[in-house]
Amino acid sequence: MDAPDARQYAALSIEAAAVVRTQSVWERVRASWSVRLGGSALVFLVLLALAAPWLGTVDPTLFDAGSRDLRPGAQGEITTLEGETVKHSFIMGSDSLGRDIYSRVLYGTRVSLIVGISTALLALAFGIVCGLASGYLRWLDGILMRVMDGIMAIPAILIAIALVAMWRGSLLTVVVAIAIPEIPRVTRLVRSLVLSIREEPYVEAAVSLGTPTVKIMFAHILPNCIAPLLVQGTFICALGILVEAILSFLGVGLPPDIPTWGNVMAEGRIHFNEYPHNIFFPGVFLAVTVLAVNILGDGLRDTLDPKMAKKV
Amino acid sequence: MNVLDIKDLSIALPAGAERERAASSVSFSVGKGEILCLVGESGSGKSVIAQSVMGLLPKSLPVAAGTISLLDEDITQAKEARLRQLRTTRMSMVFQEPMTALNPVMTCGGQIDEVLRFHTDFPADKRKKRILEVIAETALPDPERMVASYPHQLSGGQRQRIMIAMALVLDPALLIADEPTTALDVTTQAQILNLILELQKRHGTGVLFITHDFGVVAQIAHRVAVLRLGELVEIGERDEVLKRPRHEYTKMLINSVPGLKPVARAPRPDTPVVLQTRGLAKTYAERGWFGARRVVRAAEDVTLEVRRGQTLGIVGESGSGKSTVARCIVRLVDPTSGEVRIGGTEIATMGAAELRPLRRKVQIVFQDPYRSLNPRRTVGEAITEGPLNYGVPRPEALERARKLLELVRMDASALSRFPHQFSGGQRQRICIARALAMEPELLVADEAVSALDVSVQAQVLDLLEEIRTRLDLAMLFITHDLRVAAQVCDQVAVMSKGRVVEYGPAEAIFLRPQHAYTRALFEAAPGRGFAFGST
Amino acid sequence: MLNFLARRVAATIPVMLVVAVLVFLITRLTPGDPAAILAGDAASTEQIARIRANLGLDQPIVVQFGIWFGNALTGDLGESFYYKAKVVALIGHRLEPTLSLAALTIAIAVLAAVPLGVLAAWRFGGWFDRALMGFSVLGFSVPVFVLAYILIWVIALKLGLLPVQGYQRIADGVLPWLYHLILPSITLSVIYIALIARVTRASVLEALGEDYIRTARAKGLPEARVLVGHALANAAVPIATVIGIGIALLIGGVVVTESVYAIPGLGRLTVDAVLARDFPTIQGVILFFSFVYVLINLLVDLSYVFFDPRIRY
Repeated sequence: MDAPDARQYAALSIEAAAVVRTQSVWERVRASWSVRLGGSALVFLVLLALAAPWLGTVDPTLFDAGSRDLRPGAQGEITTLEGETVKHSFIMGSDSLGRDIYSRVLYGTRVSLIVGISTALLALAFGIVCGLASGYLRWLDGILMRVMDGIMAIPAILIAIALVAMWRGSLLTVVVAIAIPEIPRVTRLVRSLVLSIREEPYVEAAVSLGTPTVKIMFAHILPNCIAPLLVQGTFICALGILVEAILSFLGVGLPPDIPTWGNVMAEGRIHFNEYPHNIFFPGVFLAVTVLAVNILGDGLRDTLDPKMAKKV
Repeated sequence: MNVLDIKDLSIALPAGAERERAASSVSFSVGKGEILCLVGESGSGKSVIAQSVMGLLPKSLPVAAGTISLLDEDITQAKEARLRQLRTTRMSMVFQEPMTALNPVMTCGGQIDEVLRFHTDFPADKRKKRILEVIAETALPDPERMVASYPHQLSGGQRQRIMIAMALVLDPALLIADEPTTALDVTTQAQILNLILELQKRHGTGVLFITHDFGVVAQIAHRVAVLRLGELVEIGERDEVLKRPRHEYTKMLINSVPGLKPVARAPRPDTPVVLQTRGLAKTYAERGWFGARRVVRAAEDVTLEVRRGQTLGIVGESGSGKSTVARCIVRLVDPTSGEVRIGGTEIATMGAAELRPLRRKVQIVFQDPYRSLNPRRTVGEAITEGPLNYGVPRPEALERARKLLELVRMDASALSRFPHQFSGGQRQRICIARALAMEPELLVADEAVSALDVSVQAQVLDLLEEIRTRLDLAMLFITHDLRVAAQVCDQVAVMSKGRVVEYGPAEAIFLRPQHAYTRALFEAAPGRGFAFGST
Repeated sequence: MLNFLARRVAATIPVMLVVAVLVFLITRLTPGDPAAILAGDAASTEQIARIRANLGLDQPIVVQFGIWFGNALTGDLGESFYYKAKVVALIGHRLEPTLSLAALTIAIAVLAAVPLGVLAAWRFGGWFDRALMGFSVLGFSVPVFVLAYILIWVIALKLGLLPVQGYQRIADGVLPWLYHLILPSITLSVIYIALIARVTRASVLEALGEDYIRTARAKGLPEARVLVGHALANAAVPIATVIGIGIALLIGGVVVTESVYAIPGLGRLTVDAVLARDFPTIQGVILFFSFVYVLINLLVDLSYVFFDPRIRY
């Protein structure tokens, strides 16, 4: 039997027929309708928040005794800081102190977005540090994971409520109080990523190539963590917005003069049956915002990390 | 009447796949009591065809044209209900991975019982009797115990026997075996192949046997069909196809199969010793609160030597400790005891800092080309990572990378591309280039060609040989494949259960094995006596 | 198996210890002097000093912790400043409403969510699957109290089918008890259903992708058998896990739900205690909730023995 030569080998080999897939990850992300829907809704809300002063609002802390409990769409008056009384259309009605719900809701968007994003960033930052430390320093791992387990054993809302009550509500304390219970989950995620990526042959190859541990961490491990962390971050943001609203609603959140959706709803609880607009308008905004972030997170997860997508 | 008749079968692939059809106009048949081997490399469509017969393909892979006839019944467009009736009663399938093919939360007996419960109206005692019968037929010891055990309590070979029992319990006319022995050890593989042969002869079953291993084909086939990228390129009697292939592709495949006779090599006993291990051992101990400590002696008392320009092969089955030894030598794992000397320097007990400058002398290529490269870094970054770690200036490192890509027969444009743009064989060559960038004295290949197709494997082995001669490297070649070892190695160490049972020149070991285990290993090699490609 | 059980039980001890330390620390993180806060603005220095000595606040913090924790282990969680009653008694009195709410919610949620998840996984990508995922995202996004108000508005106020608020003890009759609990349970179960359905779908999907499903189909088994006997049976462990972990969500939700529906349970107690800065009660309730959570998760872990024979042997 005559054997074909090397060139024929290459031509006959099935490798010659292999077609190369070139769509990159980011193209897939941009194509996902979840990402586009959630992302654009979020962009819209951010623009809304930034443009609040120019969208027909007044200072959300202003009130007018004569404009109390107006129905949505009613006309009324409001007293400005200078003492003037101007005509104002209460698109979403007014609360029991005569404050414009519409203005409070729009300005509340700012608070919610700030709280959500700050919580996510804070939780991610601390979680990454703890997770890396846990994954690399065996001796620290045991203690750190016990502490994290302990934090996770206390339902998040309870920690948040207790902390905010102890420290007196302010933007900083609320963000920290909501972020703390989320740190363990990020830590666990990073730790498990570190442990599993370390087992990958390409990391072992890096070790045998003499790459120092720190460089391995930054060049090999962290870049492969970005996707799951990004997904986790969006979900923490959604949770942050929700928890802040719950805290304010229960009366243990931000001080009542700062307009947040939770505060507006807290005020409106008492006369809910007669004046439901106090609850519904902020409620809708809250639901839509959190929905947008969650949809964005889902989309990111499905395109960036299909393995994680299978695990919810 | 044939058991299976396939005529002009074409199966479509979803849009965006590498080609339009998974299978194009494939025709063959399996007669009563006949074993037809369907051979092909990855992507040949052999598994897809097998699953289409059983009707197990997802909706995304529809049958575009052609017919499938089982015992003269056209089942190409059969309804799901009819197909379900036929499965295990007229046709059965056994799959590749015994470790995952059985439901982990159901007893083995229960899983076989399911077949009887849903296809027959046997009462409980009759079912139990039949189950014990069929398990005994597969030569499993203690059938009662097998019935009550869970899959995780059995070995790979035992699980595969249960799968076979499950497939044959209702005595179907057709058995489809999709690479049933690929995931098993050589000795276990031999047992399962013999079992299939025996059962097939006894029951007169027609067997459609899918494989990529020509040794297996030589051992059991009556007829052979060769597939390439969905097309049937050759079909005929075993001896005809294997000894006198007609199609170019078949010729190339047969030629790529390494023979079991070691290639004659010029001995070079005077070159300096590059690697020396003495009494190398690695134990893993696991402690539990209740029950004894589990101590696993992965490697024990391993003493080896490799000289410059030589290749030492470590051959063994899974669990033999060969990979552990390789990892100890490369210091990816710390040996429990023993010595490892690289060029005279003892490295087994060195600390990380001391070790760094010496790491460049020993480099490793891993088994899985799909996980050996960081998907987010370019090929150029991967190859230059090593030299950059040791202070080689970037332009020089890039130049080295370019030269190495040429050496491994790849285009320099690969430097700026990402791993996912390359095939398995190409990635493995990139990994070889990465290892060589460090200018090592010893190259360790840990099952480096085991995950590659036969033709690709031949190219990579060829390349390794060329590199070894050109750069006068010492090589440590870990493999479970005897044929590959015969082709590549000067010296061979045979390992079993953590110990080296035989060690010497390749020729001596292959032609005159002394130790019982070595002999058993060679006896088990499929297609042992077969001379491929000779008239 | 014994190894597994022993390890799991032993693992809860350090966790509870950490929880105790954390709970204790949380209430000690107040800026300012707790004794002064308690005494009020008009108190004299002697009164403050007396309060401080009474509560043992003049001791080093480690000793305070030791005393508190030691007492807790014997069932004494101190006395509430605000209610002037033993904390344990307060918890005991408020336990029934919360327990009822939680039990009913869990029952509704599990019974609804698991079949929904299995169906969605089976018809992956179909309209039902997409509808379920959409519902699930909504469930996570609409906060419990907003949903509560929507339901109250539609069902209680407009349709008058169920009461707006309140709670009836079981001792006073099962039907009124149920009558008052239905709306709160449904409200609370939505988020729990969203979570469990998602995880059920994901685990069943993962199981359906495994080799043994292909084997089961190759055996000609009916699809229902494949789904339940093979896929769901293997998905049981992650589903049980999420039911356990979801209890944390449930507890958070209980706090809000009891607030909206005016149910006199532990959730209301927590909020009232926090607003009144009643440390012993806050500590006691959080400790209690955490302990229950850890216990439930321990039971879930131990249940793996039934679901997964690989742990048994």
